Amino acid sequence: MSTDPNKWVAGHVATLPKSGIRDFFDLVAKMKGQDVISLGVGEPDFVTPWRVREAAIYALEHGKTYYTANLGLIELRRAISKYVAEHFGVEYSPDNQVLVTVGVSEAVDLAFRAFCNPGDKVMFHQPCYVSYHPSVTLVHGTGIAVPTYAKDNFALTAEALRAAWQPGAKILMLNLPCNPTGGTCTREQLEKIAEFCREKDMLVLSDEIYSELTFDGVHTSIASLPGMAERTVFLHGFSKAFAMTGWRIGYACGPAVLVDAMMKVHQYSMMCASIISQEAAIEALTHGWDDVCRMREQYHRRRDLVVRRFNEIGLKCHSPRGSFYAFPNVTATGLDEKQFAVQLLEREKVAVVPGQAFGENGAGHVRACFATSYEQLIDACDRMERFVGAKR
Amino acid sequence: MNPVLKLLLEGGSLSTAQMAQVAGISPAEVEQHLEQLKKDKIFLGWRPVLDLSREAAAAAAVRAVIEVKVTPERGGGFNRFAERLAKFDEVESCYLMSGRYDLLVFVRGASLQKVASFVSEKLSTVEGVLSTATHFILRCYKEQGYLLDSDEDNSSRLTVSP
Repeated sequence: MSTDPNKWVAGHVATLPKSGIRDFFDLVAKMKGQDVISLGVGEPDFVTPWRVREAAIYALEHGKTYYTANLGLIELRRAISKYVAEHFGVEYSPDNQVLVTVGVSEAVDLAFRAFCNPGDKVMFHQPCYVSYHPSVTLVHGTGIAVPTYAKDNFALTAEALRAAWQPGAKILMLNLPCNPTGGTCTREQLEKIAEFCREKDMLVLSDEIYSELTFDGVHTSIASLPGMAERTVFLHGFSKAFAMTGWRIGYACGPAVLVDAMMKVHQYSMMCASIISQEAAIEALTHGWDDVCRMREQYHRRRDLVVRRFNEIGLKCHSPRGSFYAFPNVTATGLDEKQFAVQLLEREKVAVVPGQAFGENGAGHVRACFATSYEQLIDACDRMERFVGAKR
Repeated sequence: MNPVLKLLLEGGSLSTAQMAQVAGISPAEVEQHLEQLKKDKIFLGWRPVLDLSREAAAAAAVRAVIEVKVTPERGGGFNRFAERLAKFDEVESCYLMSGRYDLLVFVRGASLQKVASFVSEKLSTVEGVLSTATHFILRCYKEQGYLLDSDEDNSSRLTVSP
């Protein structure tokens, strides 16, 4: 008897849209071998610093091939605790307030699963990383997108938050600096957001994966503001600052009760992060800071280069205060972001990601990752200049 | 720091026009910075980093590192001697060292015999040389920051990712 396997797919998964990035990835994949310059990636172009890779090899040589504690290796949790205290000004006990996860992505997923009841409302600023809204949907929560705007350099404002707020909103998801906009908040802006969260008694999930890549001013974690540590889960990882995307290693820090709840889900699903990656992460935290600074300096100059060129070309682009993404407005070409990205790829072989992939508020923009060499960036900008010029 | 010097230090191979874009200045300003660096004797010249073992015509060239002990001169120390030694074309680099010997000299010659005769006929006969120890370089693994025979491969990276 033949049967339709579709009926076995859960309803809320069947209706979940595929990531817009996926479509574009397929399009780019078809052009393999055609001298495509990709500004479409979400990862550093640097290889993980050798000292970190070498630490992983050493760990393997010494037989580190087993499970670790659910929370993660205590040495790593101590290193994380120290690092977060020094760089973000928040104290977490390595004993029960730090959870090592498989990338910050797992930490985000755990947080929603641990804190979101079916029907609970989760606010997030948009454009945003592709997984936040689907993760909320997967736990049967309701997402509330709060728009951010180019005029504010895509910083989240308390005004926009208040305007979008609905009674019963329980969680605020932050990602500052933001993928894809590079937008982030000043301390003053964050203080107003914090005040709003205290007023509405909301829990904050703060994904600060790009925090080390802040170019203008100093990064402030909302967890460090008065009265916020008790209502914030700080989410971070090694992928971006330490160029360790493939290692899949991240962490969550927060009040012991909340970390314990996340740990329960982690325990029954992932169990623990890879011990090899955990060993490598210890090395990154204890000796890798110079590497982070070296890479940040490179990103900073690349940012200045592409933002200047985009604006000269006629693609209006704010200067992202952090991350390695520029998010120019492409509407001056008379194209929408999807047409722009597709035609730019076909005609000039430059891949950028249409802004709609990051939510409807990304309309009119494309994401261009500047984590690639100067030569490639200059070449890509020249090609884009030719493309935009031909549209005039 | 001079923005052009900063780029030079990173060891990239950017053209003047590319440097101008990266530093956010005009190509003419890059040239001015280069001129100033030359005037200040900071920027001495261009030299590519090469793996000559892959070039048949040059593969026979020999490099050696020579430890030299000398008698320092009253008043001049090691300088007069080192400067004299450094003027030989065979000498690529010459350093005053702390430790068991005084000067470390990097020498290149077309063949082993040429380097050997330079050491025995020129270097060791200079007045003040007490002893030399010559170490021939057998193989190079990393040259001025560049890995030779690097097997690192980035080609399987995704071209689009979230």
